[in-house]
Amino acid sequence: MRRFAIALAAAGVISVAGAGVAFTETMDWGKYQAGDKRSGYTYAQPETRAMQDDEFENPGFLLMESATAMWSKPEGAAGKSCADCHGDVSSMKGVATRYPVFFKPSGKMMNIEQRINQCRTEQMKAEPWKWESDQLLGMTVLVKYQSEGLPMNVAIDGPAAPFYEKGKAFYYERRGQLDLACSNCHEDHSGQNLRANILSQGMPNGFPTYRLKWQKVGSLHRRFKGCNDQVRAEPYKPGSDEYVDLELFVSHRANGLPVETPSVRN
Amino acid sequence: MKRSQLAAAVAVPLVMALAAGIGGGSRAQAEDLVAYQIVDGAIPKSLTGKPGDPAAGEATAVNRKLGNCLACHSLPIKNQPFPGDLGPDLASVGSSLSEGQLRLRLVDSKKINPDTAMPSFYKVEGLHRVAKAFEGKPILTAQQVEDVVAYLMTLKGN
Ligand code: HEC
Ligand code: HEC
Repeated sequence: MRRFAIALAAAGVISVAGAGVAFTETMDWGKYQAGDKRSGYTYAQPETRAMQDDEFENPGFLLMESATAMWSKPEGAAGKSCADCHGDVSSMKGVATRYPVFFKPSGKMMNIEQRINQCRTEQMKAEPWKWESDQLLGMTVLVKYQSEGLPMNVAIDGPAAPFYEKGKAFYYERRGQLDLACSNCHEDHSGQNLRANILSQGMPNGFPTYRLKWQKVGSLHRRFKGCNDQVRAEPYKPGSDEYVDLELFVSHRANGLPVETPSVRN
Repeated sequence: MKRSQLAAAVAVPLVMALAAGIGGGSRAQAEDLVAYQIVDGAIPKSLTGKPGDPAAGEATAVNRKLGNCLACHSLPIKNQPFPGDLGPDLASVGSSLSEGQLRLRLVDSKKINPDTAMPSFYKVEGLHRVAKAFEGKPILTAQQVEDVVAYLMTLKGN
């Protein structure tokens, strides 16, 4: 029922896309825009934006509720909860603006999902959560939500520099049978229609996101895999070094845009 | 200037010595790629030696698993809503481009514009991390390319 309504509404919007796109290009998107950088929010259908803005409609908030309970629940052999080390979850304010960060013990970059699992295995002596599990997605949403509205501010100097270069190379390298780079779609053609999808700038600031197409909340790395699959390229594993370095590149690319987790996208 | 350089760049026969051992079935496919010559920004000769079938070409162009042209282009076909607009409208492309020019644009558009988003539909060489299921295979067969070319030649505008 509801999906049908959305489909109809989308059809209405697209039939006037000629005028609509020109209009959105010149529109003032307020906090969803920083200079030329625009959040995926500004390319989403009005119904999708309304769903993101409504805490009762946005499924990301539901996932966050169970994560909030997990925050203070002791787990693992050490008998500790997140709250035992960090206090109130509001102490996570600002964290999402800085990640991925260089992690000395591993000598690599680490994103928030990996930080959460690092705390679980090392501090709590608990099992790490699986990628795309509701637990890991929910906790990632909860941590990132503490920075909601704060501008992304990812550093790429010092030890992060070589990883940034790798992520950048990934972004501009054509791949797959269709031989397209991320930049072909998200830099060269943003604002244009790939069939019925309006290409955004591919910004990561709203992840994990609830995608109507997935009918589920999903991670940024799931999105990377989806974009790789679309061009018939062999994807990498979520949490792989390649995707974490790519995350570093796209997160720095989003510097200045506010953290928008949990977002809703088409 | 650029044109004449293109003319000089005669495509090397594409009979591929694909590294042995990559995906069994794909190798035979790669060896099947027909050699062609680029002359003045066009591939004048049919890849199959025969004219294509425009009706089959329309079906191939629309099929999301084959041409999927509507992802990026408008085509004058009813009941195909929401075409993409990454590339130009093709409604009259059959009068603005010759058959040979259309063939090169389908086979390997990057020979004309190295930065283009238009996929090379008949190419297996120089690609990076192609998914296993598609390794060594062009997006379209020579026959399908010819069919689509024949179809595009019927698009003369209104
Ligand atoms: C063939 C075109 C294409 C290519 C190539 C492509 N994408 Fe996408 N991407 C899309 C489409 C379509 C969407 C959904 C609409 C949108 O947000 O642009 C999307 C969405 C995204 C999003 C979500 C944006 C949001 O606000 O929710 C991110 C992040 C992203 N892509 C990153 C990448 C990266 C990184 C690469 C390269 C590995 C890549 N894309 C390659 C087509 C592409
Ligand atoms: C992923 C995007 C994409 C897909 C899929 C695609 N094209 Fe294109 N096409 C483009 C772009 C972009 C151009 C503009 C030329 C350039 O970039 O150099 C173009 C240009 C063309 C041209 C030249 C038009 C002119 O007026 O010069 C033809 C012909 C063409 N495409 C046919 C096709 C056909 C037929 C298909 C499907 C079998 C197809 N394209 C699929 C993106 C695409």
